[in-house]
Amino acid sequence: MRTFLIRRLIQSALLLWLVMTMTFVLVRVTPGGPESAFLNQEGMEKADIDRMRERFGLNDPLPLAYVKWMGNAIRLDFGRSYHYLRPPLDLIRERIWPSLQLQGMAWLIGMTGIPLGVLAASYRGRPPDILIRIFTVVGDATPNWWMALVIIVLLSTYTGWFPQGQGRGNPGTWFMHIIIPASILGLGLVVAFARFTRSQVLEILGQDHVRTARAKGLTEGVVTNRHVLRNALTPAVTIFGGLLPFLIGGAALTEGIFNWPGTGRLFLEAANTRDYPLLLAIITVATMATLIGTLLADIIYGFVDPRVRYS
Amino acid sequence: MSATADAAEAARKRDGLPGGVEHAAQPDGAAAPALVLEGNATRRAVTGLGFYGRAWFKLRRDPTTLIAGAVLGIIILATLLAPLITQHVLHTEPNTMVRGPDGRFAILKGPGAGFLLGTDDLGRDAVTRLLHAGRVSLSIGFLVMVISLSIGTTAGLAAGYFGGKVDDVINAIIQVIFNVPSLFLLIILSVLFRPGVIGLSIIFGVLGWGGTARQVRGVVLSARNLDYVAAAQVLGASNVRIMAQHILPNVANIVLVVAGFDVAGAILGESALSFLGFGVQVPTASWGNMLSGSQDLFRRAPWLVYPPGAMIFITVLCVVLIADGLRDALDPRVK
Repeated sequence: MRTFLIRRLIQSALLLWLVMTMTFVLVRVTPGGPESAFLNQEGMEKADIDRMRERFGLNDPLPLAYVKWMGNAIRLDFGRSYHYLRPPLDLIRERIWPSLQLQGMAWLIGMTGIPLGVLAASYRGRPPDILIRIFTVVGDATPNWWMALVIIVLLSTYTGWFPQGQGRGNPGTWFMHIIIPASILGLGLVVAFARFTRSQVLEILGQDHVRTARAKGLTEGVVTNRHVLRNALTPAVTIFGGLLPFLIGGAALTEGIFNWPGTGRLFLEAANTRDYPLLLAIITVATMATLIGTLLADIIYGFVDPRVRYS
Repeated sequence: MSATADAAEAARKRDGLPGGVEHAAQPDGAAAPALVLEGNATRRAVTGLGFYGRAWFKLRRDPTTLIAGAVLGIIILATLLAPLITQHVLHTEPNTMVRGPDGRFAILKGPGAGFLLGTDDLGRDAVTRLLHAGRVSLSIGFLVMVISLSIGTTAGLAAGYFGGKVDDVINAIIQVIFNVPSLFLLIILSVLFRPGVIGLSIIFGVLGWGGTARQVRGVVLSARNLDYVAAAQVLGASNVRIMAQHILPNVANIVLVVAGFDVAGAILGESALSFLGFGVQVPTASWGNMLSGSQDLFRRAPWLVYPPGAMIFITVLCVVLIADGLRDALDPRVK
């Protein structure tokens, strides 16, 4: 276990370094820097642009800039956002809480996929299974951002109201504002959970210990709950590992459409304004989240499934 | 997508079945009708047909796949003929304003006579743009599939066949791609390079081959230990020849199914990116960027919101259904 952890940590650090270097070099070597979007405003003189470039360190040669950026990044200092003139990590910290709420709600909704999957598996090939299969295929083919647009159009046509932003104030408004974007995000998760649970349950249903349980005369309900579900759902832990990276950017489109003040929208804003320090910081944080998420999932998996050995 | 494909791979490994081994033994298809004489006619006919013949036989009896194929065919045909249809039937151009019956420019006109699906804020006909956008969206889907399949199959073949260092390097590259949030990377690359249709396809393809490579690698790992591969090696065949002649056919059916899901994923991804304004740039129309203006206009022009999204949905649904049908038809274990 210790050697496994150490090896994985080194691997993760290496991956993170690779991704950071790659994005940094990409951002720096391509022509048309931030001045094309941010600095190119009315009344900007050539001298102003030069002064700004100097101040943001954009005139440093690439290797020097890289060493500077990396050195600071290790100390979690990503410079200052061009647009907000604040440290990117502060901005991310502010925006992560709304993202957390939205995604948490979406995951709660997504959980309904688990009973759907069990239902489909126990009625394999019969109408409930076929209906659920149609639902998953249709759900997969729907662009969920388009569904968001359609819902906004329908809501505003028939009620004159549609959710915009985070709805502060009383819990009622908060709920009204979160439920629609969360459902749209959640639908994709329902589909993923349902399909995953179905295939898992089908696999477990065919195993010997299930036959033994049935032979003992246990009711079908007890067999499903105690002998099938418990085994079928252990791999779900790995899905939860995906929650962490999903948090940062998983909802960029939905957040953008509903004006939800989360990290996904922060990234879209940064991309639109070519806010390089902010872009690089978000990518780094998101990559870190992915790596930590998978590592955590692997570790937890070892606890819930005794057959897994780390080597 | 990857979950189901992984399951298929796992099942194949469990059964010790490499892809389509039967492909090698190709019985004479012409003899098949003679076999249909007695007993279970269907079964006899099926067993006489060889691998792809049998798949086709199964596909022909699968109404869902056939309908999906027909609908997709109609969509492809309509977009291929888009310039002809719009010029000679609708008398419109995708990027010019249309005039209403009163001779004025028709801006934000609702669906009705003259404009089947209405016009947008610049007075362009929505049907015309929808058809032309389809050309762009479908070509991107197809191009991405070709690019990511070529890279993925080559990488998977090399990784599985050579193993060792080659395998490690390829796996490391896949790891890097998988660990960067792809939407972020796509947006950054698009902001930096301002790619056109081809450029976008290359970006999508280059970021999307990891899954294909892993699946191909899995199949190759089991196929390279088969006796006839050893025989080819003994006979002095070169690595390239063995990979192309003896191992590639095993991978063919997996690649065919993955291709479908690649097209679907690319169309969805492109539309999302274009909707955000980071994909296909105006005035070139794509199903995604036709929707990007609609959010600000929806109170005045709700009709602009439905058609492009519906086209994405129908196209992706058809492609997924066909890929699903192909998977069932090509799976030698399903009779």
